[in-house]
Amino acid sequence: MEPSEPLEKFKEVWEKRHDYARDWKKRTGGEVVAYFCTYVPEEILYAANILPVRILGSHEPPGLATPHMFDMWCPFSRDCLSQGLAGKYDDYLDGVMIAQSCLHPRHAFGAWELHVPTPWKYFLVMPNAVRSPRAKKFLAGELLEFKKAVEELGVKPISDADLDRGIEIMNENRRLMKQVYEFRKQDNPPITGAEAMTMVWASQLMDKREHNELVKQLLQELPKRKVDRETGVRLMIVGSENDDRPFMEMVESIGGTFVIEDHCTGARYFWDEVIPGEDRIQAIANRYCDRVPCPSKDWGPTGLDHKRFPHVLKLAKEFGAEGVILTQQKFCDPHELDIPSLRRYFESNDIPCYFLEFEVTVPVGQFRIRVEAFLEQIRAKELFV
Amino acid sequence: MTETKYETKRLDCWGKAKELRTKYYKDYVECRERGGLRWEGGAWSFDALPEALEGEIRPLTEEPYGATCGAVPAIQRKYQEAAEGKWGCAKDLCAYMRSYWGSIILDEFAFGGKWPESDFIFQNHICCSHAKWLQVAGEIEGGNIPYFCFDVGAGPFYKIGERQIDYVTEQLYDGIEFLEKTTGRKIDDEKLARKVENTYRSACYWSKACELNQAIPAPLDEKSMYSLYVFGVLEKSNDDYADFYEKELYPEVKDRVANKIAAVGDETCRILGDSQPPWGFLRVLRYMEKYGVVSIGSLYTFSLVGWWRIDEEGNLKPYKTLEEQGITIKNREQALRLLSEGELKGKLMWAPFYGARIKNDLVKKIAKQWKCDAAMVHLNRGCEGTAQHQMELKLALGNMGFPVMTYEGNMADDREFDEARTMRLIDLFVTETMGLKRLKE
Repeated sequence: MEPSEPLEKFKEVWEKRHDYARDWKKRTGGEVVAYFCTYVPEEILYAANILPVRILGSHEPPGLATPHMFDMWCPFSRDCLSQGLAGKYDDYLDGVMIAQSCLHPRHAFGAWELHVPTPWKYFLVMPNAVRSPRAKKFLAGELLEFKKAVEELGVKPISDADLDRGIEIMNENRRLMKQVYEFRKQDNPPITGAEAMTMVWASQLMDKREHNELVKQLLQELPKRKVDRETGVRLMIVGSENDDRPFMEMVESIGGTFVIEDHCTGARYFWDEVIPGEDRIQAIANRYCDRVPCPSKDWGPTGLDHKRFPHVLKLAKEFGAEGVILTQQKFCDPHELDIPSLRRYFESNDIPCYFLEFEVTVPVGQFRIRVEAFLEQIRAKELFV
Repeated sequence: MTETKYETKRLDCWGKAKELRTKYYKDYVECRERGGLRWEGGAWSFDALPEALEGEIRPLTEEPYGATCGAVPAIQRKYQEAAEGKWGCAKDLCAYMRSYWGSIILDEFAFGGKWPESDFIFQNHICCSHAKWLQVAGEIEGGNIPYFCFDVGAGPFYKIGERQIDYVTEQLYDGIEFLEKTTGRKIDDEKLARKVENTYRSACYWSKACELNQAIPAPLDEKSMYSLYVFGVLEKSNDDYADFYEKELYPEVKDRVANKIAAVGDETCRILGDSQPPWGFLRVLRYMEKYGVVSIGSLYTFSLVGWWRIDEEGNLKPYKTLEEQGITIKNREQALRLLSEGELKGKLMWAPFYGARIKNDLVKKIAKQWKCDAAMVHLNRGCEGTAQHQMELKLALGNMGFPVMTYEGNMADDREFDEARTMRLIDLFVTETMGLKRLKE
């Protein structure tokens, strides 16, 4: 693919996330708050001019976490904790927080609170029953408390105008990234899955105002970007947290292209906007309850259905996915709980699936052979059409 | 007969407990013949609500069922292999849940006969698996079972105020609407008031019995406590169970304390546990008794069912019954609010869901108040909910100068438990670390 300056910058931020945050702090004098789960309402942090950065994997064995989390906890969470314990955030972080997520990052957060010297810590009680009619009001109450805590951290009150700004920064970022994703629907997408997801990872790590400018630049480039690769089999990737660029690149080097995904490090993170309302806090609460849910929150309160399933199927169809790779971080209960049903759901809609279990480091060689077999299976199907 | 340091005898209420438990599963299977309804849900579900419907209603709670399967490794393995092989789930998911699903897949009830399908699901959710457990079970059963699930993840006990109570109470109203619509039966408000009072009695009298275990010698050992707390996770609002806790178990334990009747006659060392034990290998707990070691309980054993409060001195105390609080329930609103309040403020077993610091603080209080000498922590690969922050707990107790042994296993998957290794670890821990000697047989 033709080199692209914004895409290179996204990769650089993802690779050198700590350098970026340190530099941002130096340039702006603002506070930086790290967070564990995408249910954290970044709008309120942006309203206070605080930089939210997501704690993502380092893809190094999480040895430092072992005395705090034995190995039945998901490797991603242990990796996140391990980086904190290694002191990678020590010199720039002003705070750390989590929104009530699945238990694995909560476990990592619990250990972080005790052992990683971070001045400000916050546990946001995000409702589990996001689909309950009672959740939005409850979350709005939690967000008001959270706003107060952020005001104390930022040492100034957050006005409605600040909240409007925070909402617009986030919404603009969501709109822009969605425009980039439109290009992935093309027969020969001018952006690979690895590149598109790196853009999303960067948005979780950098100031979204700067990110927005880069995405705008990318949107100018993409229509004329030279595509010198075969698209091959159009794939969707679905599952737990995934920022495994070497895996994505490997698949895209052997005859496949990821045209869409459902990950909290991908489309699921930015797909839904805040619908502005007079009550800003309620509007934010509504967004986090209505967004495409993480499997840990995708249930009831009445009925056995999953809200996420029709959404991912719609994505698969809109983006023309011919097959789905279902991935799951080892020990990731929420995805483990959904995967058997989701596999049946896709297959009943004539979309073949292949399952891979991820660790902090993945056996790329073995996975290559397995994915090649899956791609062949899909191509073989075409022979008999 | 060998003479022991303290008098010891079997609990007088043991037979009654066995009888009540047998009746529970029998009633669930047979109630339809009497025009009754069956529901399935979690051990922490608000059973007072369906139990307040008109007519006979019988529950099957999922975790105790999974534990029952776990106690018989051959059954557990058969069910779990069905869940993994036929449904395709991961083998590191909750061990109870896999047994439960496998039981449905094989159409087998662990107590005999075919799987007794329910009329509706009435679930609660705090751990990642709860809501999804019966969402999947419902799907395996054909997708036609009406489903309702509450969220009780409203914050840690010390932050519970009106807003959090509102959140859960509003869901209870939704639950009532679901129940009446699904069953065609009405909630009887007098029955509801009694069921809420029963919930308080079960939760508070279990805590009072646990509090008595601070005595030396301990009147109860943890292995027996597992068999006694079970009513609080089967149907805490049940009249017979509340009566059992208040009128049989509590007075008997009180009497044992007054008369220094020990659970372990040669009590010389008191240990603290954590999380569920490996149910198929409870003999591990009996094995320790050969060294005079008594396991006096754990945050899990005390507060899975029991409700607690922290008094002015910072000590753990049993939560007060409605009678002790001078409250008589007058209407539905009051009943539902009291139910939410008791669970949210009193169930300290939910505290670890909000952080390691909270769990550490509570367990350190138990270690001191129950006069423990050491801890043995079962690193339970079968339940992520109760296994939270176990390594932090080890570090925190260690910092108190407290000897801690950990052993890895699984509450209900024998494929992840190494019995011989665990016995050897216990031998080494009690002899080398604790300096104990094996008592004469």
